[in-house]
Amino acid sequence: MGIVIRKDQWINLAIIATTLWFMWLASTYFDEYTVRILNNIAIFTILAVSYNLINGVAGQFSLEPNGFVAIGAYVTALLLLDGDAKEYQYDIEDPYPWILGLQANFIWALFFSGVFSALLALSLSFPVFRVRGDYLAIVTLGFGFIIRILAINNPEITNGSLGLNDIPEFSNLYWTGGIAILSVWGILNIVNSKYGRAMKAVRDDEDTAIAMGVNTFKIKTFAFCTSAFLEGVGGGLLAALLTSISPDLFTFFFTFQLLIIIVLGGLGSTTGAIIGTILVIGGAEWMRFLDEPMNFGFFETPAMPGMRMVVFSIILILVMLFAREGIMGKRELKDLFKPKSKL
Amino acid sequence: MLMDSLEFIQQMINGFSLGSMYALIAIGYTMVYGVLRLINFAHGDIMMVGAFLGYFGMAVLGLPFVAATFLAVVGSSLLGMLTDKIAYKPLRNAPKISLLITAIGISFFLENTFNVFFGGTPRPFNVPEYMEYIINVGGIIFSVASLIVPIVTLLLLAIILWVLYKTKYGMAIRALAFDVNTVNLMGIDANRIIMLVFGMGSALAAIGGIFWAVNYPSVEPMMGVLIGLKAFAAAVVGGIGSVGGAVIGGFIIGFTEVVVVAFLPEYSGYKDAFAFVLLILVLLFKPTGILGINFDKSRF
Amino acid sequence: MILELKNVTKKFGGVTAINSTTFAVNSKEIYGLIGPNGAGKTTMFNIITGNYQATDGEVIFKNEKINTLKPHVIVRRGVARTFQNIRLFHTMSVIDNVLIGFDFQTNYTYLESIFRLPRFFGEEKRIRGRAMEILDYFGIAKFAEHKATDLSYGQQRKVEIARALATSPTILLLDEPAAGMNPAETKELADLIRKARDDFDLTVLLIEHDMKFVNQLCDKVLVLDYGKTIFEGLPANAIKDKKVITAYLGDFTHDSC
Repeated sequence: MGIVIRKDQWINLAIIATTLWFMWLASTYFDEYTVRILNNIAIFTILAVSYNLINGVAGQFSLEPNGFVAIGAYVTALLLLDGDAKEYQYDIEDPYPWILGLQANFIWALFFSGVFSALLALSLSFPVFRVRGDYLAIVTLGFGFIIRILAINNPEITNGSLGLNDIPEFSNLYWTGGIAILSVWGILNIVNSKYGRAMKAVRDDEDTAIAMGVNTFKIKTFAFCTSAFLEGVGGGLLAALLTSISPDLFTFFFTFQLLIIIVLGGLGSTTGAIIGTILVIGGAEWMRFLDEPMNFGFFETPAMPGMRMVVFSIILILVMLFAREGIMGKRELKDLFKPKSKL
Repeated sequence: MLMDSLEFIQQMINGFSLGSMYALIAIGYTMVYGVLRLINFAHGDIMMVGAFLGYFGMAVLGLPFVAATFLAVVGSSLLGMLTDKIAYKPLRNAPKISLLITAIGISFFLENTFNVFFGGTPRPFNVPEYMEYIINVGGIIFSVASLIVPIVTLLLLAIILWVLYKTKYGMAIRALAFDVNTVNLMGIDANRIIMLVFGMGSALAAIGGIFWAVNYPSVEPMMGVLIGLKAFAAAVVGGIGSVGGAVIGGFIIGFTEVVVVAFLPEYSGYKDAFAFVLLILVLLFKPTGILGINFDKSRF
Repeated sequence: MILELKNVTKKFGGVTAINSTTFAVNSKEIYGLIGPNGAGKTTMFNIITGNYQATDGEVIFKNEKINTLKPHVIVRRGVARTFQNIRLFHTMSVIDNVLIGFDFQTNYTYLESIFRLPRFFGEEKRIRGRAMEILDYFGIAKFAEHKATDLSYGQQRKVEIARALATSPTILLLDEPAAGMNPAETKELADLIRKARDDFDLTVLLIEHDMKFVNQLCDKVLVLDYGKTIFEGLPANAIKDKKVITAYLGDFTHDSC
């Protein structure tokens, strides 16, 4: 079988090549601050495209990311820290012996983070997907809190509210960017397959999807577990980037940011999720000024920590009310190159 | 043995009081879900605003407790109706997910706006002295507040049920839960009914919030998050869509929490997780809850 | 006999929507389910497809009891349907709509799609070919890449029937297929249904108001009124039946005008 490359595949290859080149360029020449933002963008791209799969493509409103990212971060941290480092930093309670024994290299740590998150997602699927109603949203919202409560109340495993520190800094642009490219590729492959079609059918009209023989429970579970898997991996990358994690890192704000990203980009569009990530993560850096004191010349406002979040929530509401399609609607990059056809 | 039963009665009174607060908030969730099939994520935060209004009424305006509560009730219902008007009503024909996202946006907006302007540290709530008066009946010690809370709750429940079952508007609310067309046939504007539901639910939430502030004497911007989540769990446990169910669910969650803290203190760190576990169990084994209406019926 | 309903009763709360109805549809038959509004016809469809659980009675399909099966399983056994108000997946193209009908007949796993393994390409090619054949059969292949809801009403009907046929059914349930069509379109549709019955080896069960359409098309009709069967037999005899005329009068005169 000869390999034929279509026009849009050439475009994709060009994008991947450019991204790889840019990753090299950035790692070699850019300053630390810029590289950190780029790392954040890469990790949030992974999270956004996977969050978009369950919310945008399958249309199931979910608020899971902070929970699964936390799980992934803790699993990776526990697997990367060696026994001595753990023994040294567990101050609240002595760690369980099996915690000391956990050890894996980076790639396996990320993989286990993903698998563990996906298994938890699978167990949540049974209560929420067998019934109608939007219980997924409230259950995943609660799940985020539970994870936090568990992390705080089990210091033998997680070192409680002190969190885990001195995690080896394995993440760099090659890891984060490379996995981001793989994630986007994998997600797009799902979207452009019978599974992606079935997810969209469930989103458009669940009853009719069932009437066409689609097992909607299975489809929703696939979408949810896939999102959870990549969120676990993303959490692992984040832990190995930040080198220290604690339960307070994974509050609902984390999820809220991702929600804005996918809504702004256009719910259901993977391309939109990537654009949204660049805008919001870049923009969030820029918007830090909102939290700081502002001098208008004649009038100075005091520092207002949290103002950014107010602005974020206003943006979200306004987009929902006045520009529900976001930037990309449900279109992907390739749709922009398609000639417009008339009936 | 005697001490045990005393202790038990004592805890039951606490559970009754806590359950009442969950019940008051759960009613708003269940009614909005009934008419819009919407989980109103902002409901817990409306409760928070109610508690804050009560706080300001007393601490800033110097109002007596009852007047401050009245202010909270009026302010919260207006806020509830306002959110419906500006945020939910324009999305009636939009996909469901848009409505849910907007609700989350409103919730986050209220929390963070209060956080920015009033700070995240809890503010002490001025509880009137008569509420804190301690009564001792044969070794069972409880405050006047823990008596007033369930009594007021049951009174309000009676009023709500009377409105729902004996008035024209109540009939319209119930009809709306099943079929929008019937309501239009009755010559009542469905949007006005929905607004009424938001107003009633928010008023009850404000009272719940005030009671909460009396019991833990403080208010803070994030107080609505966990309480809201647990009250929603209560609504599902009791059967979403049913007002009576919301009350039963509220009491179940309240009692469970009190019992866990009192009799299994080693698990008290997890007390906030029990409502969630109960929610999962109900969804697994009896998704319609205790008194629930089957909304599952697809509409071909 | 391919489909048989035995004493099927359906109650909603206190209201009886269907009262102990029994009928049987023979293989390759075009069977009409008629009756005034609120007679319980669509409810009957929902019971056959498993969307509603019958309060009492049995549904036998290909000699097996199906009324306890899940809806998506019943489809896979060979019961396909269309809807009274057309329900196409509104964000999806015509071909994607039809491909949903092939969903459970497409044989590759989730991992094979993620990693684009050979079976993915083979299966996609195969079902796309079959979907195009069906679209071609209905004369709408040229719209394959268009958004389904951009098509005209009559074409959308065809897409819906094409999508139902994609599930490879033995029996096709059509809920008011001629609703909203003009006489010329109705005639074309009747011919198409008859032709499809022969070409796809189908049994057809349809709900219809338009008596002319029923007369043209159906081999047999069942007349329901408020959940009760009042007539079963040839369509030509139905319009002469006294009970049918009384029950139906309003709709009858209206439709035959």
